[in-house]
Amino acid sequence: MEKYSGFNLLKHALTGHRRWPRSWRSPEPKPRYDVVIIGGGGHGLATAYYLAKEQGITNVAVLEKGWLGGGNTGRNTAVSRSNYFYPESTRFFEHSLKRFETMGRDLNYNIMFSQVGLLNLAFSRHELEIFRRWATAIQVQGVDCQVMSRDEIAAAVPLLNMSPHARYRVYGGFMQRRGGISRHDAVAWAYARAADNLGVDIIQNCEVTGLEVGDGRIRGVKTSRGAIRTDKVGMAVAGHSTAVAAMAGIKLPIVSQCLQAMVSEPVKPCFDHVVMSPMVHCYVSQSDRGELVIGGGADTHPSYGQRGNLPTTEAVLNAVVEMYPTFSRLKLMRQWGGIVDIAPDSSPIVSKTPVTGFYISTGWGTGGYKAIPAGGETLAHTIAHDRPHPLVEPFSLDRFAQGRLVDEGAAAGVAH
Amino acid sequence: MIRIECPWCGPRSEAEFTCGGQSHIVRPADPAAVSDREWAQYLYQRDNPKGLHYERWRHTFGCRQWFNVARDTVTHEIRAVYRMTDLKPAPGGEGV
Ligand SMILES: Cc1cc2nc3c(=O)[nH]c(=O)nc-3n(C[C@H](O)[C@H](O)[C@H](O)COP(=O)(O)OP(=O)(O)OC[C@H]3O[C@@H](n4cnc5c(N)ncnc54)[C@H](O)[C@@H]3O)c2cc1C
Ligand SMILES: [Zn+2]
Repeated sequence: MEKYSGFNLLKHALTGHRRWPRSWRSPEPKPRYDVVIIGGGGHGLATAYYLAKEQGITNVAVLEKGWLGGGNTGRNTAVSRSNYFYPESTRFFEHSLKRFETMGRDLNYNIMFSQVGLLNLAFSRHELEIFRRWATAIQVQGVDCQVMSRDEIAAAVPLLNMSPHARYRVYGGFMQRRGGISRHDAVAWAYARAADNLGVDIIQNCEVTGLEVGDGRIRGVKTSRGAIRTDKVGMAVAGHSTAVAAMAGIKLPIVSQCLQAMVSEPVKPCFDHVVMSPMVHCYVSQSDRGELVIGGGADTHPSYGQRGNLPTTEAVLNAVVEMYPTFSRLKLMRQWGGIVDIAPDSSPIVSKTPVTGFYISTGWGTGGYKAIPAGGETLAHTIAHDRPHPLVEPFSLDRFAQGRLVDEGAAAGVAH
Repeated sequence: MIRIECPWCGPRSEAEFTCGGQSHIVRPADPAAVSDREWAQYLYQRDNPKGLHYERWRHTFGCRQWFNVARDTVTHEIRAVYRMTDLKPAPGGEGV
């Protein structure tokens, strides 16, 4: 692997940047692997990387039915934060945020992580009270979080409608300064390049069509490019989790829904933070290219239609123009959707399953981009040791039968 | 935008309705007699199919009645609308 550095950038400038080596190979599938990962999104690629890097298992394949990062990893709004409510969640997501902070160096790849700060808005006195409780919960867990007054918010977000007569009147909020945005494709590519460098085979255009299970254990996978033998399979297929787990005879507590996002035409820098709120489903940030990146809540019915329905688009944009009246002048450039995997408690499931050798990473829902480093690291550990990593013990599949839900959906509102 | 034929009010736009998720889930007759696993299945496990889905909708901003819909989760096409007490129409059968 050729290192990305200032020196190499200059060196390659001499040949017009035409001689950079490929970032990863495009190998043919081998007949047998120690571990097969289904899904070449961030979670699958990170899992493969940590298997090779931290667990010493390098005979690994990542099978992706389309192209790398073509799922939700390449469709999300790239927000990272760790301001959850329950300690189980905060521990996990704070670990992930720390990985984001060093990922550029660790993987020798510029993921363009900008810690612009993540501001949550409260639109009533009662909501502000709940915010104080939430912010305190975050602070006692040692995570940065700062309650902000109306005036401080007005200064931080000059375009926000602060009128006392606004439809959404701002009462206050809190900010996690270390939260931010990064380049989602770069995260997928960084893990792909680093995993490939350690010997992992990344196989695109290879759809898993069946799982071979015998005597309660995994024997292999059937793919559109032939059968592959393996004793261990990790599943990281986001919205397609129900379909793939069913291949092993496992039913999941997952509902797939569409989550949309959109971007405006690019404008000069005008919006410094990521601004969201748990009550009004709309959040906004500005990308390095100048586009305003807009997201909201998931469409309200189960869906595998990767496009999004108009009523949700309309509701999100209504909220945007109420909160930022000047944005009503902007043209919308693109709108798209991704199929997200939502668990009843809006928390992830990283777990062993009743089938030996079959491990799942799902339930990332609307907020699993920020979890890619920790999700990959913990799933790799769980696969290698056949025992859950301590960080994901609370997020096992059997928590539903045991009644130990980690109900972030109720505690911390929207989960981007 | 989905257009839904409310059995009482006729065709209205999706914005007037609320989706209540999978329909025809049967509550175990004697909750005290089932295992934790079975109870969790009843509470949390869902079919979540890629294709025909039998689900409940409520005409929230209309007559406020609940009813059933058989809908394709990929195309969003509605294949049948039927009342809460009606039996599930067979896939490929009349109207589905
Ligand atoms: C619009 C939108 C905005 C979002 N915003 C945020 C955000 O701001 N912050 C945040 O933290 N999260 C966000 N999320 C959620 C986040 O994108 C996901 O949780 C995360 O990307 C999931 O990563 P993954 O690797 O599990 O899934 P994916 O990236 O979807 O990868 C799964 C891969 O599996 C492949 N696959 C499926 N079935 C098969 C098969 N049978 N065989 C082989 N391959 C298969 C798919 O092609 C896909 O590439 C957002 C999501 C959406 C849709
Ligand atoms: Zn009606």
